[in-house]
Amino acid sequence: MQEIGRIGFSEAQGDLLESATAFCADVSPVSKVRALMTDELGHDPAVWKQIGELGWLAIAIPEAYGGLGLALGDVAPVVEQMGRRLLAGPFVSTTLAAQALIAGGTEEQKQTVLPRLAEGAAATLALVEDNADWELANISAAAWPDGSGRLVLSGTKILVSDAGAADWIIASVIHVDRPALVLIDKAALPDGALRRETIVDERRRAFALTLDGVTVPETALLDPDRAAATLAHIHLAANLLAAAEMCGGTQGVIDYTLDYAKTRIQFGKPIGAYQAVKHPIVAAYVRYEQARSHLYAAAHCFNEQGTGEIATRMAKAEADAAYSFAADRSIQFHGGFGFTYDCDAQLYRRTAIWHASQYGDRNFHKKKLAGLLF
Amino acid sequence: MTAADPKDLAEFAADADAWFAANVVADPGFMLPLTFMEVGTDRQFDFLREWQFKVHAAGYLGAAWPKAYGGGGLSQEFQNAATAAMRRHNGPIMLNAIGLNWTGPLLLDMGSEEHRLKYLKRILSAEDIWCQGFSEPENGSDLGNAQTRAVRDGDDYILNGSKIWTTLGGYADYMILLCRTDPNAARKYDGLSFILTPMKAPGVTTTPIRKLTGEHGFTQTFFADARAPVSGRMGEEGEGWKVAMRTLEYERSVRGGQAGGYVSVQADAWEVLELARRMKRGDAPALADPAIESQMVDFILEIQSLALCRQRMAVAPLNADHPHGLALSSKLMTTEFARRINEFAISLTGPKAAYYVGDPNAVDDGIWTRAYLNAFSATIGGGTTQIQHNIVGEHVLGLPKS
Repeated sequence: MQEIGRIGFSEAQGDLLESATAFCADVSPVSKVRALMTDELGHDPAVWKQIGELGWLAIAIPEAYGGLGLALGDVAPVVEQMGRRLLAGPFVSTTLAAQALIAGGTEEQKQTVLPRLAEGAAATLALVEDNADWELANISAAAWPDGSGRLVLSGTKILVSDAGAADWIIASVIHVDRPALVLIDKAALPDGALRRETIVDERRRAFALTLDGVTVPETALLDPDRAAATLAHIHLAANLLAAAEMCGGTQGVIDYTLDYAKTRIQFGKPIGAYQAVKHPIVAAYVRYEQARSHLYAAAHCFNEQGTGEIATRMAKAEADAAYSFAADRSIQFHGGFGFTYDCDAQLYRRTAIWHASQYGDRNFHKKKLAGLLF
Repeated sequence: MTAADPKDLAEFAADADAWFAANVVADPGFMLPLTFMEVGTDRQFDFLREWQFKVHAAGYLGAAWPKAYGGGGLSQEFQNAATAAMRRHNGPIMLNAIGLNWTGPLLLDMGSEEHRLKYLKRILSAEDIWCQGFSEPENGSDLGNAQTRAVRDGDDYILNGSKIWTTLGGYADYMILLCRTDPNAARKYDGLSFILTPMKAPGVTTTPIRKLTGEHGFTQTFFADARAPVSGRMGEEGEGWKVAMRTLEYERSVRGGQAGGYVSVQADAWEVLELARRMKRGDAPALADPAIESQMVDFILEIQSLALCRQRMAVAPLNADHPHGLALSSKLMTTEFARRINEFAISLTGPKAAYYVGDPNAVDDGIWTRAYLNAFSATIGGGTTQIQHNIVGEHVLGLPKS
């Protein structure tokens, strides 16, 4: 029978979980989360600097390129705690951009960019298009050689996270009839190439990126022979980190709901004493614990051929179900207050919708799992 | 206990594997129970008692219990290896569940030396069969309200009242009995005592109860001026609730120390997957139906959740926020899973879901329907699913009492 994953937990994960738990609680109270929602940049540069100094951006970057040389699974506890506190910023985007370069960048790109990312420069990926396909190889944007050593880009990318903060954007394109990735120096983009989009998760910044008229040197192309494998790697890495952020968010929203259930009095009792409220909260909690077990199995097995993919898809599918249910019930159990903008339940619910929308939702991954397991 | 020497452990595991390969009887010629709560005929009982006796004699049950009490004096890893070998070769269940999993660890934990010497070895060998007297006809989920009376008379208690859902009641030699020694206690919980009670004694009678499956599996037990020795009491008078709650922690696997083996055949999503391939919709396997495929993935995700949560219980830093959360919710998770996956399995059998155990046309001898109906014993017994939600809500999440 196919090995489908098991729990493991490293000392590095333990240390990172402990420090991230304290740090994220400290720097991201919900008042701060809400203040940043209306800020154009969307995150606190001082906190971002601290994250760089803590070395968290260097975790999964090889030592040869200025990183700590740990595994991507070691990043999971950090992202989990960020999700728990709704901490905004380009951490996941930058980590995924680094993963793209590690998996598929040229030696020159790795040497130039990875040390910068390890120190706290931001980067992101531009992979989604108007076809809205979760299959990353379905690409219309193109890169044409102009005959004089440059590539002429065309097409539009959408839902490009954190493009405002990023120094580099790695975009997927078709190059000589094959999927490819290009590393774009954001400073080279013409004015108006980025349009900020209105998205469901107001803590987050996403942009549409018009590539028409943009040219890059041919050296901007990532290794063309590894592009397909790199896209597959990014897909799984993104789902692992999404599952981590979602598990943290699920814990956050359950704790938020519990606070209210213990203190809101109706008919002379805290509403949490009523089983119609208590039992669904327990159901949400059980799903959370199950999703978290899947997360740490995926984090542990991520680099194992076959098993890593199964465990990661399982983790994302379970995190989707757990987060959506917990946040949905949180709105309901806050009653009239739950229907207002001031109730934090909506922040979690909107975040859960965002995560389900990116890199595949539960049904998408279930279909993939059926193919892998049956 | 010292850590296992890997070489000894490997040798022990290999021996266990060979022993179960040689000794498991694949088909005794009649249907074996899937759980200890389903033992309905003398033939089943005799077979399973003999089987448990053999497993213990071979050293593969109670391997981690002290030698002085009939155990193997080894570390838990040895028993785990033996249990794994038992499972690998689809060995029949261990019969004496309440002795092996609840009474045994309870005696090791808080019993007297006299109790341990008297009872533990005979629990392992199945020479003494144990049953549990907690629920009463009028007091199920409200266990603290138990009314079976015990009145002190010299060195004995005189018992009157009735217990219900007594698994193996008609066969048992002893009962762990929760009874009321003080009907006037200010709090109902403070009037209870916990007594190891002989079952084959004057004044104790049992009547079989017929289950929803049509089989007999447990009894109602009546006490009419029956006698139990005071020396069998665990804890002081009035401390019965505390002992009973500890017992439930063993029953729900919140605490370890059980003798080993397994007392029920676990619902297995992979076997149901095999069924989904074998059953047809037209010429295609049922699994090719997208709706069925989708549900099947849900169950695979869920059974993997259960396995991973069991593994994660051992990783302390991943249980920091709710140290007992996984343990206290495991009964809820596993019993409801078993009920639902068997219900799903029935649906896979199409028109033949209409058959029941005994008909030659029934799929797999009707095992899925029987397993589904029997699964309610676990979602109801040992604290219903609804009570489990209260326990998790109150003791793990800190919600106010309902």
